[in-house]
Amino acid sequence: MASLWINQLLQGILLGGLYALFATGLSLAAGVMRFINIAHGDFIVLTCYVLLVLTTTLGLNPVVATLIVLPAAFLFGFGLQRFLLQRVVGENVLLVILVTFGLSIIIENGLLEGFGADPQKISGGWLETATVALGAGVNVGLFQVLTFIAAVLLVAALDLLLYRTGIGAKIRAVSDDVAAADLIGLSSVRLYAIAMGISFVTIGIAAGFMSIWTNFDPASGPTRLLIAFEVVVMGGLGSLWGSLAGGIVLGVAQSIGGQFDIAWQTMAGHIVFLIVLALRPQGLFPKY
Amino acid sequence: MNSMPKLILTGARVAFAAAIVATAAAPFLFSANHVVLLTEFMSMLVLAIMWNLLAGYADIVTVGQHAYVGVGAYAFFGFAALWGLNPYLSIPLAGGVALVIAVPTMLLVFRLRTAYLAIGTWVIAELLMLAAGKLSAWGGGSGTSVPISIVLSFGRVRADRLAAIYWLAFGLTAVAMLATYFLLRSRIGVGLTAMRDNEEGAAAIGVNITHARILCFLGTAPFLGMAGAIITLQKLRVAPPASFSIIDWTVFIIFNVVIGGIGSFEGPIIGTIIYFVLRQYLSGLGAWNLILLGSFSIVVILIEKRGLWGLVRRLLSDDLIPIAHKPSAKFAPGAKAE
Repeated sequence: MASLWINQLLQGILLGGLYALFATGLSLAAGVMRFINIAHGDFIVLTCYVLLVLTTTLGLNPVVATLIVLPAAFLFGFGLQRFLLQRVVGENVLLVILVTFGLSIIIENGLLEGFGADPQKISGGWLETATVALGAGVNVGLFQVLTFIAAVLLVAALDLLLYRTGIGAKIRAVSDDVAAADLIGLSSVRLYAIAMGISFVTIGIAAGFMSIWTNFDPASGPTRLLIAFEVVVMGGLGSLWGSLAGGIVLGVAQSIGGQFDIAWQTMAGHIVFLIVLALRPQGLFPKY
Repeated sequence: MNSMPKLILTGARVAFAAAIVATAAAPFLFSANHVVLLTEFMSMLVLAIMWNLLAGYADIVTVGQHAYVGVGAYAFFGFAALWGLNPYLSIPLAGGVALVIAVPTMLLVFRLRTAYLAIGTWVIAELLMLAAGKLSAWGGGSGTSVPISIVLSFGRVRADRLAAIYWLAFGLTAVAMLATYFLLRSRIGVGLTAMRDNEEGAAAIGVNITHARILCFLGTAPFLGMAGAIITLQKLRVAPPASFSIIDWTVFIIFNVVIGGIGSFEGPIIGTIIYFVLRQYLSGLGAWNLILLGSFSIVVILIEKRGLWGLVRRLLSDDLIPIAHKPSAKFAPGAKAE
């Protein structure tokens, strides 16, 4: 009995790694540009479909396909911010919310038209089925462990990028005070676009892992957005390591809840999120 | 003065007044199918008016409006079908339940800034929908039909029934419009409008935005709940994905208001009319329907953030329904006393 619960706990922690992957890009964009991209989850799912096409029609290995997609994702995010979202960024976040909301609905229905409503999945081959035995009847999937490691590495890399590089310092300057940053000659327009580009690279990475981990269909986006959002708020707005902690909290809550009933899996996650919001609105690891 | 815009404005006001008279008497004037369509129109209009009040004026951009429609639907079914209360009485009671749900929701989501609040309301809507699926008396995850006895209590003949449900929807819309009109004309409304136009300026002259936001958030919930009850009378079914439909009660509503003109009294009305006209032509397009509406709304935002009414308004000398207080010449500085 104890091994069952330890197993669930471990699965939850590893699931938290996947959730942290969903959340880091959202956390970065929200921290720098002060708005939430409502289409974040739909862009993850859209990228999953791009990977599906690359792996099935071109017969590429999923890892190779993901590596090919990442630079394209950066350019796409850069262009999206530079040519569309930048036009509505301003004193009021209302317009950005509405534009990204529109994008979200367009992507969902575009995927529905293009691929139909059937769930899809990318095969990870042997990687997917390999398990790591931890003794005492507890086994975890190798792929799940790798996902968790990827999440830790991604958070560490973004942390280094933001706090140890020149471009990171510039992005933080724009994030702290747009007007002052523009005044000293930084281009907030360009830096916003770069930040969104980086956010989209994380979307590409998250899609790479998600497309092998679970099924996806055109309507999967909103669920991913809500997960990413809950993780970001629970972790503390703008806190990257907080996202990892928030992901683990959500993953464990869902994993334990799912032990009772499949409907409780999602509900338990939402309830834990609301409890954290009620007791600690600044999040578990607030940055500010 | 240019007389052409004035003429257009007068024409538009006459048309609006005529539309009110025609819709008030709709069951006598139109066929049953048109009455059904108009009932749906009125229900959507109430939702649009409420979303516009929150997002366009009170800076509460919610993506979880369908929560209250669903709660209203489920509460109505509970009062009327499960506890056997008078169906007419069950409608305002459903609105009351929506209000009760809105209080803790507000306490939670008001902790979040605007961009986050939007998704916070969505999480709560999602949770409420999942919880509704756990109510076995309401048919659990697959839902259940409204008993015939309740349907018949609105009229034994189909035409009477359709008329009764239509007038309920019409009455709710009328009350929603009047309430919004008087709210926006009031001291609170002036503060909200000032806030809409310039947040810092409004704060500097001492507009208390917190009270206004609380009032708007709690004030819209009963209307949404009652709309949910009336929608249930049209659909004759409660089910979690349909009663809490984000596409029907939030997505379309947002597109309608954005296209019609967010932050104006006329915007939701124009947007809802456009939606119903377009729907006649787009309904065969399936998913393309939403793709087109989504693209259209983004284009509208890029061209004129105040929507189609914002474009038309540039040509007119005044709003269709005058909300703004006009500076009176009598009190203007330098004006001669009468």
